[in-house]
Amino acid sequence: MKKILPNDNNPFFDEKMETMTRAQIEALQLERLQATVQHCMNSPFYRKRFEEAGLKPEDIKTLDDIRRIPFTTKQDLRDTYPFGMASVPLRECTRLHSSSGTTGTPTVILHTQKDLEEWAAQVARNLWMVGLRPDDVFQNSSGYGMFTGGLGFQYGAERLGMLTIPAAAGNSIRQIKFITDFGTTALHAVPSYVTRLYEVMQSMGVDPRRDTKLKVLAIGAEPHSEEQRRRIEEMMGVKAYNSFGMSEMCGPGVGFECQEQNGLHFWEDYYIVEIVDPETLEPVPDGEVGELVLTSLCREAMPLLRYRTRDLTRVLGRTCPCGRNHVRIDRMRGRSDDMMVLRGVNIFPIQIEKILMTFPELASNYLITLTTDEDNDNMTVEVELEELFTDDYRRLQNLTNRIQRALKDEILLTPHVKLLPKGSLPVSEGKAVRVVDKRTVYQ
Amino acid sequence: MKNTLKQLSIFIENKSGTLIKVLELFSKAKIQIIASTIADTQDYGIYRVLCSAPCEAYTILKEHGINVQLTDVLAIAIEDEPGHAALAISALSQAEVNILYMYSFLWKGRGVLVMRTDESDKALEVIAENDMDLLNEDNFII
Ligand SMILES: [Zn+2]
Repeated sequence: MKKILPNDNNPFFDEKMETMTRAQIEALQLERLQATVQHCMNSPFYRKRFEEAGLKPEDIKTLDDIRRIPFTTKQDLRDTYPFGMASVPLRECTRLHSSSGTTGTPTVILHTQKDLEEWAAQVARNLWMVGLRPDDVFQNSSGYGMFTGGLGFQYGAERLGMLTIPAAAGNSIRQIKFITDFGTTALHAVPSYVTRLYEVMQSMGVDPRRDTKLKVLAIGAEPHSEEQRRRIEEMMGVKAYNSFGMSEMCGPGVGFECQEQNGLHFWEDYYIVEIVDPETLEPVPDGEVGELVLTSLCREAMPLLRYRTRDLTRVLGRTCPCGRNHVRIDRMRGRSDDMMVLRGVNIFPIQIEKILMTFPELASNYLITLTTDEDNDNMTVEVELEELFTDDYRRLQNLTNRIQRALKDEILLTPHVKLLPKGSLPVSEGKAVRVVDKRTVYQ
Repeated sequence: MKNTLKQLSIFIENKSGTLIKVLELFSKAKIQIIASTIADTQDYGIYRVLCSAPCEAYTILKEHGINVQLTDVLAIAIEDEPGHAALAISALSQAEVNILYMYSFLWKGRGVLVMRTDESDKALEVIAENDMDLLNEDNFII
């Protein structure tokens, strides 16, 4: 079955949807929201929710009426595990993804065949937007299995018609061999793994600029700073585009940067995007940081209404020189549950990363450990030395002192900075673990 | 004639097992260690090594992702008798040459003082003026 694709020189994969005006987007959203709410009444969970709130699907008359709908949380997904939130009978579902549930009951997300096709089209739209075409070779170095970054990008890249390599995560030497042997032009991986690949390339004498055909990287799944992105681009000699997805909303494909690299376009024909104050749950104005709340508009098996993602971000704008008027969302600032509270100060790992990236002496990996000493919270930041630039202790000590001061200016408390040889910190091939909390009393 | 020695400075974590990894690489490549010393802080250490093939060792360590630097150091031979080290050091300190670090070992019946100074040109002048026996890599052929 051959899918129809745009001409290679068309910048849009789905021109009609991608180039809608704001008015067209909002009209389509209202129509789709009303249909989704109606469809949700097939789910025992939402039927009960609406009854409890005294709300009827017909009450949703304008887009603003979405605020009358109660939020859906991760806990709701756990409570209805495994199938309590489905809006279609199970026989209509063709895929199940489940999260591991590190902190309790796992969660389940169901998909119909149409959901999977829409999802693939979303991912294909993103990859087309950053210039990929059927001539490209796409290597997916993401975990497969339950992790949606695997199959999500696989089907999306295939939908676009690229030669797609399901390399999966791990075995860096083999990954690099694939890149050089198959002429990989685009790679998807978590940012910390790209850094790892680069280090292995160096040790193998492979220069990504000279020895590979790479031109595009898709990076996502773990929060990273602008500085880390620039560093990755510099290392690999390619453009790196930020990708956003979450299994609850299907997976990757929800949002992606265009070639302007100024925020991620969240596809408003598929989702309604709200940013709310995590405390009051009231909407915040554009430009202000709050929690991202998403409503799916096209999903059949398990639509979610006003799902609290726990991701913190802000709206950057609703127009773009690329011609797409879909809302531009800033890179994630971290998750409201990643926030560390130390001696009453709120700290996000990304703040620490941002500072560490300003030190060229350091490699990209780092680990934050929180401990309790004599009833006080303490933070240790372990960093790796990129090159041994001196064998003079005083200069090494001077470096740790400068890092410590810069961190103190950012987070307002003084961490212990521990300098380690390169390669000492554990490298995860999935999502990097950046914070270890060993405090005896959790806050 | 060369008047300095190539020393490897290796950055290691202050943790058991980290030194073994480095030593195994030396042994695999059949590179012989002539003298070595570790200085450490609470978190990390610098392992300084004089060996039979410093440039080759540097490449191997680098390929294995180890933080390593090639450093030029001065080596002076002294008689293996009390007081000779003090004579050499006092000549340098009178000329206001700072010694960043120093270690010593015995080589073929004589003492060897290895040091890094903040001003190696000035140090070399002092060594020449005082007629000290400066060693280079030719003295350490195994
Ligand atoms: Zn754009």
